[in-house]
Amino acid sequence: MKIDLSKLRYGSDLLKKGFASMQKGGVIMDVTDAEQAKIAEDAGAVAVMALERVPADIRAEGGVARMADPTKIQEIMGAVSIPVMAKCRIGHFVEAQALESLGVDMVDESEVLTPADPFYHIDKHRFKIPFVCGCRSLGEATRRMWEGAAMIRTKGEAGTGNIIEAVRHRHMVKESIRKLGQIDESMLRDLSVEYAQSYVKAINTIFPNQKVEGSTPVFEEHALDEVTRGMLEILKEIKTLQRLPVVDFAAGGIATPADAALMMQMGNDGVFVGSGIFKSSNPEQRARAIVEAVLHFDEPETIAEVSKGLGEAMRGIEMEAIPKEQKLQERGW
Amino acid sequence: MPIKVGVIGMQGAVEEHIRMVERALKSMGKGGTTVPIRRPEQFLDCDALIIPGGESTTISKLLANSGLTYAIKKRYDEAEFPIMGACAGMILLAKKVIGDGKKIISLELMDMEVKRNAFGRQRESFETDLGVKNFDAPYRAVFIRAPVATRVWGKCEVLARFDQKIVMVKQDSCFALAYHPELTSDLRIHQYFLSFIE
Repeated sequence: MKIDLSKLRYGSDLLKKGFASMQKGGVIMDVTDAEQAKIAEDAGAVAVMALERVPADIRAEGGVARMADPTKIQEIMGAVSIPVMAKCRIGHFVEAQALESLGVDMVDESEVLTPADPFYHIDKHRFKIPFVCGCRSLGEATRRMWEGAAMIRTKGEAGTGNIIEAVRHRHMVKESIRKLGQIDESMLRDLSVEYAQSYVKAINTIFPNQKVEGSTPVFEEHALDEVTRGMLEILKEIKTLQRLPVVDFAAGGIATPADAALMMQMGNDGVFVGSGIFKSSNPEQRARAIVEAVLHFDEPETIAEVSKGLGEAMRGIEMEAIPKEQKLQERGW
Repeated sequence: MPIKVGVIGMQGAVEEHIRMVERALKSMGKGGTTVPIRRPEQFLDCDALIIPGGESTTISKLLANSGLTYAIKKRYDEAEFPIMGACAGMILLAKKVIGDGKKIISLELMDMEVKRNAFGRQRESFETDLGVKNFDAPYRAVFIRAPVATRVWGKCEVLARFDQKIVMVKQDSCFALAYHPELTSDLRIHQYFLSFIE
C-alpha cells in the first residue's frame, strides 16, 4: 500500500480536541513544584497545571499575576509523566508562545492571571498546542471556541473554595444550551449577531467615530460577517449535540469530593482543582478522594465514604466578601 | 445472540468508543449492547473489552484500586476473550513498560515492551495515513502523546508500523494500537475487533 507522507499533520483541530478528550472523567490539579506534582500524579490526576502561586495566594497577595517561571514549569515537566499544562494571561500571546516552546501540553488562557490585553483574547488557531479557556456564559464559551479553544471550563471564582460561582456558570451554559433546542434558525442567527458584538465593542473603543460594517475586520484579519457566520456554525452544532462540541470542565472553587461530584452530576466532563488540594490540611488524601469522587460521581455511598476524615478543607471566602473589582471572573468577555 | 461489549470507563475517550462500537455493530448487522465498566461485577458477562485512551497512569491506578486488573487477568487466564487496547490501553496490555513504567500496573497480557510518550509531548502529536496489514486502503491514524512497541516476542504479531516503529500488534484475541481509532469516523478498526467475537 502506498502511503502519502505529505498527509502527515501536526497541531490540527482533531489533535487538539483529541488531547482534551483524553482528559475526560479526570481531575486536573494545580501544583507549584515538583513535589506537589508527584503527589497529584500518585493520587490519580490526569494532568497538572503548573503555577507559581495557587489562586488563593494570588488573591491574598495581590499585584500582577503572570506566567510562571519556565524553570519551575520545566522542573514539574521533569517530575511527572502525565500532561503538564500552564497558564498565560488573557491576550498574552507571547507568554503562550513561550509555553508552547517549552513543550507544555496545553495552555490555559486564564482570568486567574492579570489580563494583558483589554480588547482581545489570543487567536488560538495560530498555535500547535491546544488551549483551554474559562467561561461564565454560552456567549463566552462560543467566542472562545471560535477563537480556537479545544476545551472549555467554567470560570467559577478561583481561590475562594466556594462552589457557588462554578455552579452559576454551569447553569448559565446548560440552560442556554437547552434553550437553543427550542429556537428556530432565525433566532439562532440573531444570537450569533449578539455574540459577535463583543468583538465590535473593541473596534468602537479604538475608533469611536467609525461605523463597523460586515466587512470590517474585528478580530485579527477576520471581518464581522465572518465572525458572525462562525458563531452561527458553532451554535448550530451545540443545538444539535445539546452540549458544547468540545470537552467541558468545571473550575473555580472546588474544594471537596462532593463539590467535584456536584459538577459532574451537572454534566461537566471533569474538574480542575486549584487551591482546594494544596491549601487543605491533608493534600494526599484529599486529592485521592476527589479523584474517586469524580470517577463515582453518581454513587452517593462512595462520595460519603471518601469524604470521611479528610481534615480541614481550605477555609474559603463568601462571595459577598469580595468586591466586584476583585472578582477574577469579571476578567475576559 | 446479541453481544455485550464493555468499555473500561475510568477516564478518557469512553463515549467515543461506545459510539464507534454501536455504529460498527449496526454496519455489520449484529445486535448488541455497549456498556462502560467501572467495577469488576459489571464486566463478567461481557463478550469483549475495550481499554480506551486516556492517561495510562490514572487508568492503571483506578483499574488496580477497583479490582478490575485482577478480575480481567483472572478471566483471561481461564478463557481468552477479545480485548482491544488503544494508546493508554496498549500500554496496559504490555508485559513490559519502559521509561516511567514503574508507575503503571499493567495487565501483562501481550508479549511486547512499550515505551510511553514515545514521540514526545502534545506538540509532537500527529495524524497520518497508516498502512495496516490486511486493510486495502490507508487508515487515518491519530497519535496523541502516543506510545510505541519497542520490542515484540513470542506470539505477538506486528500489524502496522509508522516510521519503522511498531504501532499496532495482535496476539491471540488481544489487539493493541498506539493511535486512536475512536476519534475519526472510519469504522474499520472496530469492525475488525468485533469480528474476533465468536
